[in-house]
Amino acid sequence: MREINLVINGSDVQATVADRLLLSDFIRDDQRLTGTHVGCEHGYCGSCTVLLDGASVRSCLTLAVQTDGHVIETVESLAVGADLHPIQEAFRSNHGLQCGFCTPGLLMTTLELARENRDCSRDEIRERLAGNLCRCTGYHQIVDAVQAVLRTGLSR
Amino acid sequence: MSTATREGTIKGRLGDSPPRPDGLAKTQGAFAFAGDLSADGFLWGATLRSPHAHARIRGIDLSAAWKIDGVAAVITAGDVPGKPTYGLISKDQPVFAADVVRYVGEPVAAVAADHPETCRRALAAIVVDYEMLPPLFDPERAIDGSHPPIHPDGNVIRRQRIITGDQSLQGEVIVEGTYELGMQDQAFLGLEAALALPDPGGAGVELFVATQWLHEDRGQIAACLGLAPEEVRLTLGGVGGAFGAREDISLQVHTCLLALRTGRPVRLAYSREESFLGHVHRHPATIWMRHHATAQGSIQRIEARLVLDGGAYASTSSAVLINAVTHVQGPYKCANATVDGYAVRTNNLPCGAMRGFGVVQACFAHEGQMDKLAAACGLDPVEIRLLNAMETGDSLITGQVIENVAPVAECITRVAALPLPDAPVGGRDGDPLDLPGGAGLTADPAHIRRGIGWGVAIKNLMYSEAFDDYATARCTLSNGVASLKFATVEVGQGFVVLAQQIARSVLGVDDVVLEPIDTTIGSAGSTSASRQTWMSGGAVDGACRLVRERLFELVGAQYDIEPVQLAIDGRDVIDTMGTLRVSVSAATAGIELVETFEHHHRPTEELDENGHGNCHTAFAFVAHRAVVDVDPELGLVKVVQVATAQDVGVALNPLSVLGQIEGGIAQGLGLAVMEEIIFTDGRVRNASFTDYLLPTMLDMPTVVAALIEHPDPMAPLGAKGVGEPPTISSTPAIVAAIRDAIGRDLSRVPVRPADICLP
Repeated sequence: MREINLVINGSDVQATVADRLLLSDFIRDDQRLTGTHVGCEHGYCGSCTVLLDGASVRSCLTLAVQTDGHVIETVESLAVGADLHPIQEAFRSNHGLQCGFCTPGLLMTTLELARENRDCSRDEIRERLAGNLCRCTGYHQIVDAVQAVLRTGLSR
Repeated sequence: MSTATREGTIKGRLGDSPPRPDGLAKTQGAFAFAGDLSADGFLWGATLRSPHAHARIRGIDLSAAWKIDGVAAVITAGDVPGKPTYGLISKDQPVFAADVVRYVGEPVAAVAADHPETCRRALAAIVVDYEMLPPLFDPERAIDGSHPPIHPDGNVIRRQRIITGDQSLQGEVIVEGTYELGMQDQAFLGLEAALALPDPGGAGVELFVATQWLHEDRGQIAACLGLAPEEVRLTLGGVGGAFGAREDISLQVHTCLLALRTGRPVRLAYSREESFLGHVHRHPATIWMRHHATAQGSIQRIEARLVLDGGAYASTSSAVLINAVTHVQGPYKCANATVDGYAVRTNNLPCGAMRGFGVVQACFAHEGQMDKLAAACGLDPVEIRLLNAMETGDSLITGQVIENVAPVAECITRVAALPLPDAPVGGRDGDPLDLPGGAGLTADPAHIRRGIGWGVAIKNLMYSEAFDDYATARCTLSNGVASLKFATVEVGQGFVVLAQQIARSVLGVDDVVLEPIDTTIGSAGSTSASRQTWMSGGAVDGACRLVRERLFELVGAQYDIEPVQLAIDGRDVIDTMGTLRVSVSAATAGIELVETFEHHHRPTEELDENGHGNCHTAFAFVAHRAVVDVDPELGLVKVVQVATAQDVGVALNPLSVLGQIEGGIAQGLGLAVMEEIIFTDGRVRNASFTDYLLPTMLDMPTVVAALIEHPDPMAPLGAKGVGEPPTISSTPAIVAAIRDAIGRDLSRVPVRPADICLP
């Protein structure tokens, strides 16, 4: 067991965790932030994507102890109260989700891209988001959503 | 006398594309999927599965498992208080294997404990003494009787022939082929999960579960638990995709048994590997077909033999078979048929429902045949299909007359008119991601070949063969707000937004509240068979219309106007013959109008022994054209574009329809070139997403879609189900395009590199 100190969604968190506890299990089971989903358990589907110091990581391939001293952002950090984040609003209004299981991971990957603050071609969006599987949509409406948010930017 | 309080017109009526209401919670991470559920003091559950494809259980020793600290229950077949077996059509599948295991992965025992690690140790401590039995893997041996029955119900789950017209007719042109399909996994991302809460007063159990049909689950669960249906209450846990894989019981009974046994909440969830074993899959199939046609290409007779591998238990195999044999003619006129179909039992994984349900298999065969016929007659793929295209009023080989709108020729001509991709062969600007094989940089752009292929399909909608299919909905209107209650399972398809659109359109309200989806109202039937828009949409529409009648009676009485003169206009009730205009909210202030409606579709019949009968409810049609680039040296395929025209009746939510079309094409592409569960002696070898490949964003082609809108008079809202057709003929279109690119006769999906590049 090891004590870790980190920031999750802007809040300081102190916890004692098993050395081999996965970040995904820490987030979901210990912190009860169940918006981060586990779909394949080995880094392939991208549903568990969170940001670690602003960079997207697979939380199912990251140990909780690796986050000691770092900053984690999950999907729960996006909305402010009932106000959706522009990325959330873009996915919703462009029908960029159906069952919604892959959505949080896609939102966090998109957030990383959107913070680069530049427009991207559809091909570039596809390349950047290709590590996130979706089984429902066939992806085009997701690309529509991402393109929309890159064009309007992240300001609310 | 206008009392409308909001500006503008109502947004989100039928025909608009409002966003889905659950999109708020789903984008915020606040939507509770079944695997997110928890309860105070809950225990974790886990399942022990058979490592053998066919073996007798000589004994099970649970004593070591019980001794592990933290273990609260260890249960086997002997702990099932009610019916020991379940099943959607025949109850032939044990809750736990009692004497014999029939596939690798069959549940043998389950445990509940304080931690997943404890569960794992407990499962490892269970000792099962197996005596090997000879396994049956070859479907032909199930048919020819050369293998002893592996189940008391025998090795043939169902045989169905269709014998129609002249049985000896020989065409001037005859083409034949044998087509094979591998086993596809639905691969929803949200794994199987459930939470069971035992009633503290001993009155049964409450189950939160991701499923496709709450009431059917409840009936099967209650029977196995030995409880009355009302003692088992089901609430829908958030569903992370389904595609047919949640139509059967998987962990439902186990979770309830563990909760009842321990008296504590139990949470059971499958891992991805376990999910591959824990639900039914698309049937692998071998289909032989021979087409007889005139020299000009008119189909005169089809012969077909279909063999579907149902795996160890029946699931919906008999219904999948009926779909396969009755759709094997495709959307083409045909007067004479000699069709023989089998769904058989083997020691492979059980197979059942997956998007397309038997028609995917039939379509891959009949579309391969159409291209052969075109070549033999000197026609192109479009000409042969237009020449034979079915129309309203035509008889199927079952004798059933197509009464629905049947715009087959229109679907084909509309697709033919859609633009071809402007990207040159091998893509543009030398971007390796446009090449087959992508950034692996394996393809030599100079050798890449482009091909174009076609697929056209007919698909039945709703349930078949005399099943009394219905859906229930309740509408409450009060203070200008409508509230809807139904047990219709939302798997992602978007019924929740459609239901709101219906209520807004019928009742002139903005706000539509959706009540919890559970078993406290009548059944809505399954979210499958492209049926919920028609069935539950019909139920919601019916309930809303009944409420509107009550509203008109009320307003009519108040203002002394005949109710038939009243109508909804925007947010108001208006007198069509006079000047009255009163808002719906004012008219319903302080009162509550409540109506429930059950929508039944018209009755259907079982097929007779010759395969005749009006067995299907309704039909939809679709055409696909695929463009592919193929690297013939390494056998890699890049699907460049899929164009489609789909007979949707009415697009009630056009963006939702497009989402179904694009998502369905992705799954059709998966079957065409990527997805197959690989077995060795009944053992799955690729039960993970690194080995079972799903289409990614980079695999997905451009989609060009035309919605063919002719409201179907038989459909409650004029709309046909749209979920399955995109998955059906996209697969043969892609394979035809690969054949076109490389000039080889490909007869199996998924097409593997070796099929393309080895002699």
